Amino acid sequence: MLSMMVLPAQIIGFPPALLLIGGAMLIPLLKGRGQSWFMLAVPAATLLILLSTPHGSYWSFQVLGNELILSRIDSLSRVFGYIFCIVTLLGVIFALEENDDLQYCAAFAYAGGALGVTFAGDVFSLYIFWEIMAVASTFLILARRTKASQAAGMRYILVHIVGGLCLLAGLILYVERSGTTEFDFVGLTTIDSLLIFLGIAVNAAIPPLHPWLSDAYPEATVPGAVFLSAFTTKSAVYLMARMFPGTELLIWLGAVMTAIPIFYAVLENDIRRVLAYSLINQVGFMMCGIGIGTALAINGTVAHAFCHILYKALLFMAAGSVLHVTGKIRCTDLGGLYKTMPLTCLFCVIGAASISAFPLFSGFVSKSMIISAAAHNKLVVVWLMLQFASAGVFHHAGIKVPYFMFFGHDSGIRAQEPPPNMLVGMGIAAFLCVFLGVYPYPLYSILPYPVDYLPYTGAHVVGQLQLLLFGALAFCLLILSGYYPAEMRAINLDTDWFYRTGALRFYRVAERTLNTINRRGELFFVGEIAVKTAAWARKGAAGVVTVLMLPVWTLMRLTEESREQLNSKLDGLIRHGLVPLGISVAAVVFLLSGLYFLL
Amino acid sequence: MKKELTVFDNPRNVKWFLLFFYGCLVLLLIIDPFIHKHGEFPWENAPEFFAAYGFVSCVLLIFIAKLLRRWVKRDEDYYEKL
Repeated sequence: MLSMMVLPAQIIGFPPALLLIGGAMLIPLLKGRGQSWFMLAVPAATLLILLSTPHGSYWSFQVLGNELILSRIDSLSRVFGYIFCIVTLLGVIFALEENDDLQYCAAFAYAGGALGVTFAGDVFSLYIFWEIMAVASTFLILARRTKASQAAGMRYILVHIVGGLCLLAGLILYVERSGTTEFDFVGLTTIDSLLIFLGIAVNAAIPPLHPWLSDAYPEATVPGAVFLSAFTTKSAVYLMARMFPGTELLIWLGAVMTAIPIFYAVLENDIRRVLAYSLINQVGFMMCGIGIGTALAINGTVAHAFCHILYKALLFMAAGSVLHVTGKIRCTDLGGLYKTMPLTCLFCVIGAASISAFPLFSGFVSKSMIISAAAHNKLVVVWLMLQFASAGVFHHAGIKVPYFMFFGHDSGIRAQEPPPNMLVGMGIAAFLCVFLGVYPYPLYSILPYPVDYLPYTGAHVVGQLQLLLFGALAFCLLILSGYYPAEMRAINLDTDWFYRTGALRFYRVAERTLNTINRRGELFFVGEIAVKTAAWARKGAAGVVTVLMLPVWTLMRLTEESREQLNSKLDGLIRHGLVPLGISVAAVVFLLSGLYFLL
Repeated sequence: MKKELTVFDNPRNVKWFLLFFYGCLVLLLIIDPFIHKHGEFPWENAPEFFAAYGFVSCVLLIFIAKLLRRWVKRDEDYYEKL
């Protein structure tokens, strides 16, 4: 623990989720400066409470015979709690000029959901906060208020509903099997754990379940993307680390996850989509670490999640600032912005250096732990893949993002720096990235296991620098030779193709089948049966009467003409309901009562 | 209008920057054999392994990405037109 402050006993262990979600409800009631101070105060207070709360379970109570634990604070959940509070604070600073209550509320509820998931000690509260997170985050996408964002937001929530239901089914089966609502290590052994694993895997964006992320995040609002980059995937990382550490499948999924997105990131034109792909790639390192499951690997995963949240938020802030001041975000539209936006450029370069794991920047002190853990466990192929991905990250996130926005060809755009609050948000994030890179020990001291790891050895530093700089050399040579794939106004199909075209096809097939049945049904029932029934109702009775009267008329020796006359008269009477039924009824009643008296 | 930075408009500055970059590369190659290594795998201890691996990785990355582009590239309004 960083420090223990003295706070009133009642608020020790107060669930951070409730503070933020409660805060979200109060935000619309406030205006102007009061609202700004309030939004800064809530995450700061949450962090303060967390700092002064010792390990333990708080706020647990019985509901319908089940134990609910809203605040399980231990060495694993605490680190995620800290970083979630810090990034909320940074995001709020960055968003202060946005003046959009919808986004503020959504961001607070979303952060609250993520903190709720982190500190939930039982599966019920876990699931509730999980869904709060899914719903609240959707509004950060919808709040962009463009046609593309509405569509992306809908796809996003649909995917998360499927993932959430998967998790719910798993959790219910888990409670049935284990007889308890509390959870800790689960392990991938039974059907319930498989469903839970799948539900978390959706949120962790493990391929092929990843495209919701690269689809939706680039469509979110400018500050929205900053919040989104922090919570959904990292709360999934936390849950994986708690429930499935040491699951071998995760090593391979993680390794694949680091490699696949970088190819897409190289081709992608939208800068925020490049960042989204590199986010998936970075979470891959974490999944790999969880799969390895040793103390070093888990420490590396948690440290990497911590650092990653900071530099990814920083990168999304820098790209968001460019979008905010220029209205453009495609590589093909941008370039040369360092001339008028030097500070944003500097912050972006710091973020890029951090994600690339340059020595003295935050990624270096955390990612190297995971790669070292892979080496300790003699995972040759995985180690090679992770090193490949490390070089690839530098290539697309480290060089491409700053290069195409701030350098490259001069786009002629002379946009000014973003508002001061955005610069302050980026500045603090950039400072933390450098600080943790230079002096990682405060971070190491809060990791779940005791740290016995030296990031700055000669071999590490020189090896990493060689890997990165010779990767950069390749970039230089390929750009100069013209072989480097040109930036194009185009999209690249990803696995979301299956559900985006699949849903459309399903819709068309359903439309064709059901509408055909509908049309045929209408023709048959309305066009045929109903018409015939109506005709029978109209003419049927008269027909029956005519048939019944035929023998009488024959006996009466009526002529053909008078029969016709009688027939049409009868027809008119019956059709208009003018048949003197009353006389017959009276006659029958008279006869029956006569019979009654006679008998 | 605020003053603009124009450092990289001057080709001489770009040249100096590139020279500095190449200098760093050469320096890294020179000091590598003198570093005490403690790698888990034998090839980690081989001289200049990471330089070669980094370079090859990035060339491979671009090569495969270009192949991938042929397969997955579509117009920007691909999904709207469906």
